[in-house]
Amino acid sequence: MEKLIYLDNAATTKTAPEVVEAMLPYFTEHYGNPSSIYGFAAANKEVITGCREQIAGILGAKSEEIYFTAGGSESDNWALIATAEAYGSKGKHIITSKIEHHAILHTCEYLEKKGYEVTYLDVDEAGLVDLEQLRASIREDTILISVMFANNEIGTIQPIGKIGQIAQEHGILFHTDAVQAFGQIPINVDELHIDMLSASGHKFNGPKGIGFLYIRRGVKIRSFIHGGAQERRRRAGTENVPGIVGIGAAAERAARTRKERTGKEREMRDYLIRRIESEIPYCRLNGDREKRLPNNVNFSFRFVEGESLLIRLDMKGICASSGSACTSGSLDPSHVLLAIGLPHEIAHGSLRMTLSEEITKEEADYVVEALKEIVQDLRNMSPLYEDFINKEMAGK
Amino acid sequence: MYTEKVMDHFQHPRNVGEIENASGVGTVGNAKCGDIMRIYLDIDDDQIIRDVKFKTFGCGAAVATSSMATELVKGKSVQEAMEVTNKAVMEALDGLPPVKVHCSLLAEEAIHAALWDYAQKHGIKIEGLEKPKSDIHEGEEEEEEEY
Repeated sequence: MEKLIYLDNAATTKTAPEVVEAMLPYFTEHYGNPSSIYGFAAANKEVITGCREQIAGILGAKSEEIYFTAGGSESDNWALIATAEAYGSKGKHIITSKIEHHAILHTCEYLEKKGYEVTYLDVDEAGLVDLEQLRASIREDTILISVMFANNEIGTIQPIGKIGQIAQEHGILFHTDAVQAFGQIPINVDELHIDMLSASGHKFNGPKGIGFLYIRRGVKIRSFIHGGAQERRRRAGTENVPGIVGIGAAAERAARTRKERTGKEREMRDYLIRRIESEIPYCRLNGDREKRLPNNVNFSFRFVEGESLLIRLDMKGICASSGSACTSGSLDPSHVLLAIGLPHEIAHGSLRMTLSEEITKEEADYVVEALKEIVQDLRNMSPLYEDFINKEMAGK
Repeated sequence: MYTEKVMDHFQHPRNVGEIENASGVGTVGNAKCGDIMRIYLDIDDDQIIRDVKFKTFGCGAAVATSSMATELVKGKSVQEAMEVTNKAVMEALDGLPPVKVHCSLLAEEAIHAALWDYAQKHGIKIEGLEKPKSDIHEGEEEEEEEY
């Protein structure tokens, strides 16, 4: 088989074999609709309850506070839109950050069109929100603060507990998009004062098409998908039983293996960062060095464009991603890289590698060697590099 | 996403480099959009393009269109080079994805900018050739102000 080094675990992860195994009987054997009366199907209701308890236990929540959805985007949409609707009479102001996932940002834009006002908090060069700016942004009519737990591009982990505390002090609901954080960072919704939390199964070795929204008891948001009485009347649609079993098994696995798994990832992450920084000139680590997801490596290489880099890496069997315009389908590079203050040309040259615990030191070495060669090749072809070198020479 | 020809030119770009004391040099595009192309032409007294080199900062399509454009103009007369349009470059590459068509326009503009530079330096008029839109650095400053 050809070499394949998968370094795009923030995009999606491999479904763990034990998760697939747990799911399989629910396709061909226990396929009954949990809402049916007969015992053959009704047993699946118990199964779903078990999965709900599993996830609630990890978050320090109650099982009835976990609502299964089709994934992170649905959870984010639901949390924002339903909160806006339910609390719209109290106020129409929402606070979020400039570096949220599009599932949050585009939903905010939608709400703006519906008459809501949104404050987008700036971030510093490491990607962290400023708590003072957050405090100053709070108004009488603020109904919701939504700040992501950890960023999907640069891996920066926000001071979620402090944000939650500020929200609580002001009696404002606090939602966090924890799609990248769940399974990677220990989360307790009470300690961190979280009222709503979004997560997605396929980001922690579960299946695609299943996620959940944690909704604290007492938060009065209504159904987003209308129909049957599933999920305590808050999310209609026949339960995705295999998916729910999968996300339950994946959450249990993620919690059980977290320490060892993220320990390995962190070690390889820091090894990659160290080697790249010392061996490839004119590069910049994006995101915070310490407050960082254990598996996130994000660099900008000056004078190089991201898509070219990705194709060349792909030719060497390395799967990664970039925040360059060409990979986003627009002319602008990633909003996250611009928000941390990168000039456009440097944002175009970004590379994100998100590791799994399976990466070996040999593979990491192979990646660094490949990267060194490719970056130099592309620089030799770059007019920006030529101008830079000429300027350097003239200066000497 | 890309045709085999695009991938071939991306993986093995033809005519990469610089020409010292080139007859004409043209640079187009801007770093903001993520594409910059520079073309060097070596043109003899009979107005034949003897050699051509390029440097490109950009995506796979930008590299491939630059490479193909240099192949298409090499050995041609200045007037023939004017006929190397973005359409010709695209056809030679068996097509580009719709979002990458602007890369082929950039290749045509880069050739024209280099020809313009040659014409200016040598006091020659090339039929159908117009002054390139703007220098990349001017463009950058204008756009920076929007922020």
